Amino acid sequence: MNARVGSLATALSRRFAFPSGERGQQLLPQARLGGPMPWVIAIMIMLTTVAAAGGLALSNVAGAARGAVSGAVTVQIVNASIPARNRQAEAALSVLRDMPQVASAQRVPDKELEELLKPWMGDVATGDSASDPIAIPALIDVTLRGAASDKALPAIQNRLVTVAPSALVDAQSRWLQPVFAAIRSLQWLSLALIALLALAGLAAVWLAARSALGSNRETIEIIHHLGGTDAQIAGIFQRSVTLDAAIGAVVGVVLGLATVLILGQQFAELGSGMVSQGSLGWLDWLAIALVPVFGIVLAGMTARFTVMVALRRML
Amino acid sequence: MRIARRDERPKRPDAIKPGAVLAHVGGCLPIMNRSQNAIVQFDNVGLRYGTGKEVLGDLSFTLYPGSFYFLTGASGAGKTSLLRLLYLAQRPSRGMIRMFGTDVITLPRARLPSFRRRLGVVFQDFRLVGHLSAFDNVALPLRVAGVADEDLQKPVSEMLDWVGLTDRADARPATLSGGEQQRVAIARAVIGRPDMLIADEPTGNVDPEMAVKLLRLFEALNRLGTTVVVATHDLHLLKKVPESLIMRLDKGRLTDPTGALRYPPRRDVGAV
Repeated sequence: MNARVGSLATALSRRFAFPSGERGQQLLPQARLGGPMPWVIAIMIMLTTVAAAGGLALSNVAGAARGAVSGAVTVQIVNASIPARNRQAEAALSVLRDMPQVASAQRVPDKELEELLKPWMGDVATGDSASDPIAIPALIDVTLRGAASDKALPAIQNRLVTVAPSALVDAQSRWLQPVFAAIRSLQWLSLALIALLALAGLAAVWLAARSALGSNRETIEIIHHLGGTDAQIAGIFQRSVTLDAAIGAVVGVVLGLATVLILGQQFAELGSGMVSQGSLGWLDWLAIALVPVFGIVLAGMTARFTVMVALRRML
Repeated sequence: MRIARRDERPKRPDAIKPGAVLAHVGGCLPIMNRSQNAIVQFDNVGLRYGTGKEVLGDLSFTLYPGSFYFLTGASGAGKTSLLRLLYLAQRPSRGMIRMFGTDVITLPRARLPSFRRRLGVVFQDFRLVGHLSAFDNVALPLRVAGVADEDLQKPVSEMLDWVGLTDRADARPATLSGGEQQRVAIARAVIGRPDMLIADEPTGNVDPEMAVKLLRLFEALNRLGTTVVVATHDLHLLKKVPESLIMRLDKGRLTDPTGALRYPPRRDVGAV
């Protein structure tokens, strides 16, 4: 017994520092991939990645389209008489090119117009072989130095009215308004999806933390009795959930990126000009790469907050 | 750091003299004198759970550093409730508790951990962490205190050696016998060198031989200066620690105003 007392004295005589460092992640049994948490986070991150990529692609489409047509104006010379139409078109073109706010103005060749209409009307209606050709308006494609605002269009119309009374001036962006509105709706939808997924993720982490608190209540009480602080206990949960979230986030972002790449390839094969403008730039990829990072941080902070609030009810 | 032996430590004013229990239980010493030397001081403490009747009432006593106390009483007398107050798992419904010179009733919750680290607790049901090995259970107070892993090995191994469980260091609690679990719990309670060790029925689940061994471990710790409070309803244990002081609970009240239950009993007022 004396020897034991001696060894106890030795053991106790060591001066233990009490730094504020937090340890003991192994205090909680870790299910890791055997538990639901990483998989829930993986699904959330995957869906968020796809939604974010979709939203960013739509934003790029809208931005590119808006930039391309913001200063674009179409002048139509609508006159049944071909000579009069051509005369007015030439006069209008000359006036437009003299206007300071016009960056460029060029007539769309009749051949090009006929090609555009051919799928719907055929050669009979517009071609040289047509016996009674349809009067197609002469089109002048104008690019303004600024945006085609509500003030700019009447000014152009007023200048043209004397030399080309049949001229109609239209901003191209007006035709695309319904498309822009649809894209805007889809962008809001993707934002809402991201917000909902984040909320669902928070709820899942909250439930998981509460459940872990319940199932580890005895361990927590023991740690409390041993002098563990709320911050230490919350830190243990936070690290555990953060690690689960990190595993889930890696799985989720890999699946999400694979989905985005496959979808991107399929859209690229459509060959549509508008869709091709929706490709993601490096800033977009950076934003997508931040999705799992935010997911992990959000999960960890939620776990910490949940546990801290629950621990406050204990002595 | 050298541990001062008990005989080198400053004596409390009325240390271990016949009738000393009278001075502790019942609040006979002046407040200033008591609070200067006390490790724990209860004044008119009462405890009730919810709206039920008081399970503890009018408790006034003082515990001094380096002493060995037995808390006795029948089952349901309130021993565990009193211990819960002592190891700060419960706040009383009324009264005042000072611990290490500080009023712990009004102490902010955030400051309680620093007080709990000065206590070692051996629970009646051991309360070992089931998925941790004996080594990790014993290391727990040090990990909570932030001791680095590389600094844990030696003290924990020495502590396991002290309780005779070196060869069971990697065993999980479920594979340990009751006595072994009890010794792990004791090792865990004392590894942080507590100022006060509180043990709830520590011999309740072990055979008489092991009970004596455990008591010797408590005595050894007490000789190193730790105040020991052992709750037990086994009166035979009291004879094993001649220098111990006895607090007896009966229906939530401290009894023994005559000091008769102190060992050896005072002949003029009767035996236990």
